[in-house]
Amino acid sequence: MAGLAASFGSGAMTNSFAEFDQAKLLLVIGSNTTEAHPVAGAFIKRAVQKGAQLIVVDPRFTGIAEHAQTFVPIKVGSDVAFLNGLMHVIIKENLQDQAYVDAHTTGFNELKAKVAEYTPKKAAKIAGISEELLVRVARQVASVKPAMLIYTLGITEHTCGVNNVRSCANLQMLLGNVGYDCGGVNPLRGQNNVQGACDMGALPNVYPGYQKVEDKAARAKFEEAWGVKLPKKNGLMMPQMFEGMADGSIKALWVFGENLANTEPDIRHVEHCLESVEFLICNDIFPTETTRFADVIFPAAAWSEDDGTFSNSERRVQRVRKAVEPPGEAKPNWWIFREVAARLGKEWKSKSGQEIWDKEVSKLAPALGGIKYSRLENDGLQWPCPDTKHSGTTCLHKDGCFTCGMGNFQALDWTPPAEVPDKKYPLVLSTGRRLYHYHTRTQTGRCGGLNDLLGQETADISLADAALLGVADGDLVRVSSRRGQVVVKAKVTPQVPQGMVWMAFHFREGNANWLTNPVYDPISLTAEYKACAVKVEKA
Amino acid sequence: MAKPTLTLNGKVVEFEPGQTILQVAQAVGVEIPTLCYLKDATPTGACRICLVEVKGARTLVASCAMPAGNGMEIQTDSQAVHTSRRLNIELLLASGSHNCLTCEKNGDCKLQALAYRYGITDIRFAGQTQQYPKDESNPLIVRDFSRCILCGRCVQACNDLQVNRAIGYGYRGAASKIVTTGDRPYQESDCVFCGQCVEACPVGALTEKKAVGLARSWETKQVRTTCPYCGVGCQMWLHVKDGRVVKVTAVEDAQPNRGMLCVKGRFGYDFIHSPERLTTPLIKGEDGQHHPATWDQALDFVAKRLKEIKKKHGADAIAGVSCARSINEDSYNMQKLFRGVIGTNNIDHCART
Repeated sequence: MAGLAASFGSGAMTNSFAEFDQAKLLLVIGSNTTEAHPVAGAFIKRAVQKGAQLIVVDPRFTGIAEHAQTFVPIKVGSDVAFLNGLMHVIIKENLQDQAYVDAHTTGFNELKAKVAEYTPKKAAKIAGISEELLVRVARQVASVKPAMLIYTLGITEHTCGVNNVRSCANLQMLLGNVGYDCGGVNPLRGQNNVQGACDMGALPNVYPGYQKVEDKAARAKFEEAWGVKLPKKNGLMMPQMFEGMADGSIKALWVFGENLANTEPDIRHVEHCLESVEFLICNDIFPTETTRFADVIFPAAAWSEDDGTFSNSERRVQRVRKAVEPPGEAKPNWWIFREVAARLGKEWKSKSGQEIWDKEVSKLAPALGGIKYSRLENDGLQWPCPDTKHSGTTCLHKDGCFTCGMGNFQALDWTPPAEVPDKKYPLVLSTGRRLYHYHTRTQTGRCGGLNDLLGQETADISLADAALLGVADGDLVRVSSRRGQVVVKAKVTPQVPQGMVWMAFHFREGNANWLTNPVYDPISLTAEYKACAVKVEKA
Repeated sequence: MAKPTLTLNGKVVEFEPGQTILQVAQAVGVEIPTLCYLKDATPTGACRICLVEVKGARTLVASCAMPAGNGMEIQTDSQAVHTSRRLNIELLLASGSHNCLTCEKNGDCKLQALAYRYGITDIRFAGQTQQYPKDESNPLIVRDFSRCILCGRCVQACNDLQVNRAIGYGYRGAASKIVTTGDRPYQESDCVFCGQCVEACPVGALTEKKAVGLARSWETKQVRTTCPYCGVGCQMWLHVKDGRVVKVTAVEDAQPNRGMLCVKGRFGYDFIHSPERLTTPLIKGEDGQHHPATWDQALDFVAKRLKEIKKKHGADAIAGVSCARSINEDSYNMQKLFRGVIGTNNIDHCART
C-alpha cells in the first residue's frame, strides 16, 4: 500500500475485476492467482481463451503459468533487477510512451539514469534468466496498449517489498498504462477485508479515509466528531508492537481475530512475546494457538452472524448480511468495543453496523461520502464515491490524472533478500497459501471435506533437489533454518525450481513460520515471508 | 447506420450484429425456454429445448446457437416448436432415472419445471438400460450419472467459465458420459472442486454432498452476502433453514464474480456451526486455565485492567491488532476505541502491505 500511495497518491488497486477478461495483455507477477484468488484467476484464463497475451513472472511454475504464452522463472527476490532490466530495454529501444511520461509524471530522468545501469546482461544474471527472454518480455509488454499488471504477495512480502511495488508502478507509468481501462497496477488483496481495514484506519498513522494522524486539521476534525482529545504522534506498526512486548514497553495487547502465533514469522519469538505481555485480550470465534495466551477471551459473532460491509480489492464496498444467530452468548465485535468504551467513560451513539457506517464512517471519510447502506443492496459501490449522486469509480487516475497530481517515478536499486543461501543453509524457502485452506485453518479446518482434500503440510521441492537428497515424493524430510525446524512430507514437483523449497502456514505442525525470517521492509514493515535460507535433510 | 431487424412472433425488432436469436428474444422480453444454454459460454445447442421456427429454414433451429440474421422471420411458440420441444423433453425424461421424490434438485430442477410446463404425465419411450452407480467417492460433490441428461452445462462451466478443463464428454452413443481425463474420480483428476459444474447442473446429476438431506429447495431462505475469504469479494447466496446455513451458491450476474465461486467460497461455510465455537467470555484464572464468565465480568475486568495499565505506564503501553477478515464497522470501532478512548495510535492489522 505504501508503495502505490507514494507513486500514484492512492494505495489501492487501480482497476477492476470486470476488466480482467477484457484485457489484451496481462503481466502477472508474484501472484499464484489460481490458488490464492481463484475467481480472479478464472477471469485471467478467460482473457487468454479470448486471445489475450499472458506473461507470468514467478519463481514457481504455478497454475496460472500453465496458461501463459510467456513464463519468466525469475529468482526469488530479484524483481527490482528484472523490472529495471525491462525498463532499460524499453527506454533503449524507445518503446516508452514519452508523451504520457512528459505530461503526467515526474522523475523520469533519474529513472532513466538508474535503469541504464541494469543492462540485459546484468538484470538477466540477477534474475537467473536468459538475456534473450528479458529482451523479448520487454518488447512484448510494450507491444500492446494498455497492458494490465497484476501482483500479489510475491511482490510485497520482501524486505524490498515497497521497492518492488514502486518498480511495478514505474514500469506501468513508463508505458503509459495507468489510468485506462484494462491497464493499471493491480494488487490482489490476500484477505477479504484488508482494503477495508486500511480504509477504516486500522493503521497507526491514519484515521478512517487515509487522513493523517500527524495532520493538525485531520486531528481536529476527528476530535470534534468523537468529542475527545486525540494523541498526536503515529502509533506502532505490528512488528514494533512485538518488539515492545519483548522489551517490556508494551504491557497490554488486544488481538482481534488474528492467530498471530501461527501467522507471524519465527513462531518461537512470537510466542515468547505473547507470553511476556502483561495483559492479553482476544476476540475470536474459536480457541486458537494465540488465545492460549489470553487473559480474557471475548466470543465473537462470525461472518453471516452480523450485518456489515467488506471492501474488496477493487475498492468495492459490499454488504455482508446476517443469516443466522451467533452461538451461545457470542456478540458482534463492534458491540464489544462499544461496551468497553462505555466502561471507560465514553458512550457511543451508533448501535448497529448500519448506524456506524451511515452516521460515522461515510461522514468522516470523504472518498466514502456517497456510500450509504441504502445504496449497497446489490453490487455495492467502488470508492472514491464522494456524494450520493456519484456512481463510484472503476478506474483510478483516469487518463493519467493521478490522485497526487503527477505520478512519481522512483529510481531504485535491487537489493537481495536479508538472508540468502549459503553452505549451511543452501536452499531458499518461500511461503504462501494453498487452494484448499485459508491461513491457519481456524475456519477451513473446520469445514467438512477440505481437510480430506489437503490434510497436512508438505515441503515442495524440485525433482533435481529430490534426486540430490535421495528423497522420494512422500518421504519425511527435516527442513531447518536458523530459527527452527519442522519435519514434513516432501512433495516432489516440477512446479518448484532447483534450489527452492516452498511451504504454507496452514497447519500448526510443519508450519513454515517456524522457519521464516522476522525481517521487514523498512517502510511498510511487511515481513520477508518469501525468502529465507533453509536446509533439507531426509528425516 | 440503421440496425438490422428481424420479425419475432410477428413483431419487428432491432438487434446488434452477432447476437443470437435467443439473445435478441431475451432483450425484448420474449421468453424462450432453455436447458443447456449457459450465459458467457460457447453455445452447444445440445438439448434442443430452445428450438424456434425460422421461415425458410430446413428444420427448427436452436436459438441459443443461431446468429440472428437481417430479415429473419421467427416463431418462438408455433405448433411445430411446441410439439418438438415436448418430444425432446419426453426423450430426456426417458433417458435416465428421473425420480423426483428423493432427488436433491426437486423443486429447483429445470427438467422437472419443463415437464410440468409442457404437461408431460406419461413417457411413451422405454427407459434406458445404461445405469450408473452414484459416485460419492470425493468429499464435496455427488455425481449421479443416472440423472444426467448430457446437456453439457457442467462441461461449459468447467472449460469456458472457470477454465479448469477438468471434464469433457466421454464414450459414444448411449454410453456417452461426462468424464475427467481417463474417467477417473474427481479427486484423482485435474478437478479443483470449485463446484461450478454443480452450480451449472440443471438436474440432480451433480449435487453438493454436504447439503444432502438437509433441506428441500423451497424450505430455505436465501440471504445474499460477500465471501469471507480472499480479496475478490465474490457475491453468494446463503441457503438457510432453521438457523443453519445448509448450502452456498453464487449470485448470477453480480459483480465482481459473475456467477463464479471457488472451493473455499462454495464449500467453506460450515465452520460457523462448529461445536468448537467460543460461546461465552473466558477469563484466565490463577490456575492458568480459562474459566467461563459473564459479559459484565469480562468487560468490567478488561476496562479495569486497561485503566490500571494506562495510569501506570501511559496509553502508549497498550496496543491493538485489528482483523482484516471482519467487517469494516468492527475495525472502525476498534480504532476509535484505541484512539479516542484509550488514547493511543497503536492500532494496526495483519496485512499492511
